[in-house]
Amino acid sequence: MNKRLTMVGISLLVIAIIYSACAAPAPAPAAAPTPAESAAAAPAAEQPAAPAAQAGSRLDLVKSRGKLICGVNNQVPGFGNVDASGNYSGFDVDFCKAVAAAVLGDANAVEYRYASGNDRFTLVSSGEVDVLFRNSTWTLTRDSAEVGMEFMPVNFYDGQGMMVRKDSGITSLEDMDGATICVQSGTTTELNLADVFRAKGLDFTPVVFEDNDKTYSAYDEGRCDGFTTDKSGLVATQTKLSNPNDHMILEETMSKEPLAGAVFQGDPVWADAVRWVVNGLIQAEESGVTSQNVSEMMGSADPTVKRLLGVEGEMGAKLGLPNDFMVQVITQVGNYGEIYDRNLGPNTPFNLPRGLNALWTQGGILYAPPFR
Amino acid sequence: MATDIRSTSWVNTNHPAPAQKPPASEVGVLGWLRTNLFSGIGNSFLTIVTLIALYFIVTNLVQWLLGAYWEPIWVNRKLFAVGQYPLEQLWQPALVLLMVSLLFGLSAGRWGSIMRNLGVGLGALLLALALIPIGLQAQVVMAASLALLLIGYLIGARIAISGRWLAVAWVLSLPATFVILLGGINLPRLGVTWNFAPLVESNLWGGLMLTMLLAVVGIALSFPIGVLLALGRRSNLPVVKLFCVGYIELIRGVPLITLLFMGMTMLPLFLPSNWGNPSQLVRAMTAITLFSAAYLAENVRGGLQAIPKGQYEAADALGLGGFDKLRFIILPQALTKVIPAIVGQFIGLFKDTSLASLVGLLELVAVGKAVIQQPAWLGVTGGVAKEVYVFVAFVFFIFSFGMSFASRKLESKLGFGKR
Repeated sequence: MNKRLTMVGISLLVIAIIYSACAAPAPAPAAAPTPAESAAAAPAAEQPAAPAAQAGSRLDLVKSRGKLICGVNNQVPGFGNVDASGNYSGFDVDFCKAVAAAVLGDANAVEYRYASGNDRFTLVSSGEVDVLFRNSTWTLTRDSAEVGMEFMPVNFYDGQGMMVRKDSGITSLEDMDGATICVQSGTTTELNLADVFRAKGLDFTPVVFEDNDKTYSAYDEGRCDGFTTDKSGLVATQTKLSNPNDHMILEETMSKEPLAGAVFQGDPVWADAVRWVVNGLIQAEESGVTSQNVSEMMGSADPTVKRLLGVEGEMGAKLGLPNDFMVQVITQVGNYGEIYDRNLGPNTPFNLPRGLNALWTQGGILYAPPFR
Repeated sequence: MATDIRSTSWVNTNHPAPAQKPPASEVGVLGWLRTNLFSGIGNSFLTIVTLIALYFIVTNLVQWLLGAYWEPIWVNRKLFAVGQYPLEQLWQPALVLLMVSLLFGLSAGRWGSIMRNLGVGLGALLLALALIPIGLQAQVVMAASLALLLIGYLIGARIAISGRWLAVAWVLSLPATFVILLGGINLPRLGVTWNFAPLVESNLWGGLMLTMLLAVVGIALSFPIGVLLALGRRSNLPVVKLFCVGYIELIRGVPLITLLFMGMTMLPLFLPSNWGNPSQLVRAMTAITLFSAAYLAENVRGGLQAIPKGQYEAADALGLGGFDKLRFIILPQALTKVIPAIVGQFIGLFKDTSLASLVGLLELVAVGKAVIQQPAWLGVTGGVAKEVYVFVAFVFFIFSFGMSFASRKLESKLGFGKR
């Protein structure tokens, strides 16, 4: 009896220890992940973990490290890929390069960290990566303290689309009453599809598959009248069909998928720096500053261009960046339009129309707040 | 009254009857078919169904294999082999391969048995890679490794090198591998930074190299821990015993993927904050080692329990202390018994490392996933997923089958199968 009591006591103690070990530090990253990080990299690291306010921003950490750690995907054609020699490329990857060029003056000073769908936000909140550019949709939950992301300006407006056969006579969703539609199971795509069709009072039969490859194969075999997923994904998928030219993507967008970069919530200095790099890329396109003409534009009389390129206004200094940070970005990476064209534009297999991702002056909704 | 049986007229006593040919349905191909495939209505039916199924499977498979688009694998062969390791520093992994080949050669010559089988397998693989035009430099490295393997074998077989030193060399080869791949030693905490080449951070290591590394480190580091746990589990000290049982059962009660996620997200929380964040590789290795140690402990416990009590008593009678008893009597016998089980565990672990792809390490499967989505294959009808996954499965099969074959030889040599 006594022995058994001892055993139970010891077990409880062990459980208590494990529990406290698990539970106690958990809120720590939410409260102050930066001290551990900055202590790790800063030369004078002997200081004990200091409160977040005293420890520098991640901006200082990145500068002292001399390298930006960027969380990216390597499995989305056009957005994040790794090529045969192991180099990363893609639309999201170019935003990492832009941030590195702005902060460190070198677009190649980036360490890419593959962020899987499961752990991408954990990587940010635990301080593993400085910034996340990984086709992530900006949602309320992710922005809230529950997930703890600070989202950057949207760099790509995606949305769910519908692919149909050209000879089917379907030109809009209204023509699809009673249609059979191939869709991937367990995704927001499936839910959006139901929502949109119900709202329009249309009837449809979903044909559901486990993964994207099976879904489009079934559509290709003619088992469905339509195939739905995000528009950027539809464009990539279309090239894999037997006769890509026999298919088209409907104009309508069935859901909002604003893809944005993210940094850790609670480091306003770093968030501002990254935010204004993205804004700067959009402003640069609006002002017509490209990687080709950036040196001529330095002499421009336009005050917006002057402030953008750091000729006047000390804009960079206000963010803790060099005043010419956008010059570095545009010279080494290009403006938003150049990034878009390089990865998704007419000379790529995607040939994705700008759509919502055009500037506000050209019918899209890309709009950078004023550089002043 | 005794009657001589030979006097009875109806008994043929002159000669044995001339042997008749067996019926045609019982011998030859026909006989074999009859006995093995068509021995009854049920079996005949199963045979026909199986043949039809086989026909469809084989023809479709051959058709697919011939028509498949293997370009993505060929183009990305470097990515599959070593991941993002910098091109201009590939001599470092090559050096590791040379080192391991030499060690395998020496061990095969010195110890024979399973090491010889593994050596032959490695040699065959190196020969194949040296002949396939994967790139001149790579082929030269493969050929040189093969040469070192053979030289090592000859030295090991002819010259009596010390087995103990060879074992020490194997143990040292593990940290050496890390130093060579990293390009130096980088432990700023301890004030040690030394490099002979630009440092290659471990997040650039990948492909088959990383898969191998995860498996080898997992099994090598878990071995001492596992032995200690097994001994602890049989200890008479309640706290030690409780801890060991608790650890083993806790770890065996959760899937490896859970431990990997734990390692990724929680390991930094357990370390002093001024240590900085361990690399993803270290975290995955920690999780795999902890996992593997629990299973290894159970294997070793099996060996310990197989030792008759008389061995302990004999050791006691000789006046050996606790440590000496283990060192000279118990462990040598117990560990020999469980070598096949440990090899089996290693093969399992080798395949389990593919889970590391889910926590962001670019090992073989993760490289495959990335290759499938490269924009270069966008125009390919049906995508390239099938080809890539078949290739990855093939690579896993070659190594797993090689190791399993080698260990089967060992088992028959040790004679466990016959008991």
